[in-house]
Amino acid sequence: MTARRCVTDVAIVGGGIVGSSAALALRRMGLKVVLLERDLCGSRSSGVNYGGVRRQGRPLSQLPLAQRAHELWGRLPELIGTDGEYERSGHFKIARSAADMASLERYRALSQGFDLDLELISGERLRARCPWLGAKAVGGSLCPADGQANPRLVSPAFARAAERAGALVFERTPVDEVIGDRAGFTLRCGPTLEVRAPLLLNCAGAWAGQLAAQFGEPVPMHSGHPAMAVTEPMPHFMDWSLGVEGGGIYCRQVARGNLVLGGGAGVALDADRARSDRQAITTLARQAVELIPALRDAQLIRTWSGTEGYLPDREPVLGCSRTMPGLIHGFGFAGAGFQIGPAVGEVLAELARDGRSSTPIGAFGIERFAAQPGAAQAPAASAAPAAAAMAAASRPTSLPVLSHR
Amino acid sequence: MTLPVIVGAGPAGVRAAQALAAHGLRPVLVDEAPRAGGQVYRRPPAHFRRSPAELYGSEAARAVALHAAADALADRIDHRPDSLVWNAQGGVLDVLQRGRIERLPYDGLIVATGATDRVLPVPGWTLPGVTTLGGAQVALKFQGCAIGERVVLMGSGPLLYLVAYQYAKAGARVVAVLDSARLADQVAALPLMLTRPAILMKGAWYVAWLRAHGVPIVRDARPLRIVGGERVEGVEFEQGDRLQAIECDAVGIGHALRSETQLPDLLGCRFAFDELQRAHLPLRDAAGRSSVPGLYLAGDGAGILGADAAEWAGERAALALLEDRGLPVDAARARALEQRLAGLRPFRRGLERAFPFPIDWAARADDELIVCRCEHLSAGQLRRTVRETGADDINRLKALSRVGMGRCQGRMCGVAATEILAQACGRPVGEVGRLRGQAPIKPVPLSALSSAPSAVPEPEAAA
Repeated sequence: MTARRCVTDVAIVGGGIVGSSAALALRRMGLKVVLLERDLCGSRSSGVNYGGVRRQGRPLSQLPLAQRAHELWGRLPELIGTDGEYERSGHFKIARSAADMASLERYRALSQGFDLDLELISGERLRARCPWLGAKAVGGSLCPADGQANPRLVSPAFARAAERAGALVFERTPVDEVIGDRAGFTLRCGPTLEVRAPLLLNCAGAWAGQLAAQFGEPVPMHSGHPAMAVTEPMPHFMDWSLGVEGGGIYCRQVARGNLVLGGGAGVALDADRARSDRQAITTLARQAVELIPALRDAQLIRTWSGTEGYLPDREPVLGCSRTMPGLIHGFGFAGAGFQIGPAVGEVLAELARDGRSSTPIGAFGIERFAAQPGAAQAPAASAAPAAAAMAAASRPTSLPVLSHR
Repeated sequence: MTLPVIVGAGPAGVRAAQALAAHGLRPVLVDEAPRAGGQVYRRPPAHFRRSPAELYGSEAARAVALHAAADALADRIDHRPDSLVWNAQGGVLDVLQRGRIERLPYDGLIVATGATDRVLPVPGWTLPGVTTLGGAQVALKFQGCAIGERVVLMGSGPLLYLVAYQYAKAGARVVAVLDSARLADQVAALPLMLTRPAILMKGAWYVAWLRAHGVPIVRDARPLRIVGGERVEGVEFEQGDRLQAIECDAVGIGHALRSETQLPDLLGCRFAFDELQRAHLPLRDAAGRSSVPGLYLAGDGAGILGADAAEWAGERAALALLEDRGLPVDAARARALEQRLAGLRPFRRGLERAFPFPIDWAARADDELIVCRCEHLSAGQLRRTVRETGADDINRLKALSRVGMGRCQGRMCGVAATEILAQACGRPVGEVGRLRGQAPIKPVPLSALSSAPSAVPEPEAAA
């Protein structure tokens, strides 16, 4: 059988919110793009996550990206043709102790200059504002312009917007093999499709480690499975998306009235699928009732989980490969990629076109793992535009990338 | 000691329990109802006084026999009524029993979860006064009441006539039976149905009895809408080109049954699309072994074959469990049960011929028709989602539209949504996937979950 051959400027592996928004950004720059997704775009972690659109609580290293994303979220309908139920409802991080309050206060001081407008609320003001909060909450920090959105709608919409803008989007198309040499990359997808491109974006989420390792950049990434649950619809009582200082439960009430609850870890069914387990569900239920006592009377109607990539420092890998010219990584968002996804897409597009990002991403380079035992030694970094750097490519490499099916 | 567990105390579950007990095991029998009997032989509360003949009509003898079998097991099994299995993983069932969460480990599991009505909505189906045929039957058997004063029963399938008979027999006024199947379908099915003349005769007898008692039966009746303001006031339907209307104050509606397959799904059983039943069903061998070792499937929960077959399949699955443990069983009995079950297949095909699925249902469904009650989604909204997004998989359509995301989690709307999706994207219904199973199998109150005993660490589920 003759394979369909596509020659393009940029090939993207992975149609989550990162890969899809990169495809859209690249099209807006006028580059030719092929997006390859083994399943359906936005159907994995990007589509089944909690739906928090939050800057508050992120490490300072991520705040420039988060700020850039915040601006993009404000233009969502213009970008992707839907508001995706995005609301700047406010994000409230709860303190359960004086120490928690002090920690939130410290974060507010450190994050000055990022326009988060954090407001600490406690005591009677808190009770007046949230009479439904349980007794353990003593206060918290409100980021009024943070919010929430429906990931099931937003993430696929980025891929559709990219497609409308001219990207070639192939769904249900696992990449079987990636060959990289001085001429660029050849991606084989079964017997029917072959894609050639000088630039390759590795946006394969929890499965991105294989591609990185193939090009000599193994990363210590592991898969995690955030446990999620949702109640039946309830009368509206809560605008804010809630988190808890120090971790634990998070929850929000969606437009339909359901409360979406997250926290704890589910279990893997296999390399691709996961679900909330009994331990996570009962723990989540206990925390939910403690946080919002009225939830006692609600029914839980569904639980789920997903498969997400985590690096040890919980920072993503975002930047050019140090071993393979033309390869650019964007993965490992540790369950916090939804909000920054659209900005990461733009950064990836800039890296592809210009070889550098207009937003600081220094903390996310893949080389931070190179010195670790067992990791490949990275050659000297090149910050030159990727396309030019490619001319310096030394060795061809061809290793099979396992199909993810 | 970890015991074998049976989920469902209907015909399959009770016979499975009986067979295990007869071989010296003491199984746990978990069931949502307060008393054993299942849906088909559902029992009224203990102090109710209606006789089995009044409650079950022609099925009274079978019902009494099954109830007696269940009662006789009282000391030999661990029967847990009022218990909902809401999750399963790693060899342990999670059970909600009277507001409390329990963990129930099992060594061998027989799933006999039965069926619910297959619902194909018509305009007006969400009006107060409309129930499923099975719901109408439950009202009668469990509470001794009818769904209304003047009842129309419609849809298709054997249950249509059985419910009509049971209602009329119990003294309810059945204004009409509207069968979407044609008489010609039923005639054409005769050769297959004659393989079980006794059942065929029973069906014919219901029809004759209903006619003799002045209950109008209309075949080839295509329901157009259920009309009413605050509640049901009547039904409009079409016979050929003729529009007709009937006044009534309650409607029972259903198109045969659908299997309750969430538990085998959660436990990782392999499924395949069954053309005859237009549904994805868990695979099982002739004895009832699923694709997961130690997990057995019996009764309508793994494919609709009726109450008699459920009794045989329940016993056969129990024998398979015993065989797989190396215990001696009566091989001739096992073979005979398999032969009986196999012998029912032609009749089963005949039923599908006699009461065919209305395959043009989706094509004829108006855009305004509500498909998903919980989320109030119409056929038109689903079609628009398909058109705008290219969705061609039911889980994708769920993610994009919310269909099947409400309290029923697709148990009621899943069939209709899948039909609409297949019609809208132009693919066969067997190729648009099936709704992914997720816990809880039915809604569970947070009050119960939050007071669950802290679980000890356990090995991860091997699924």
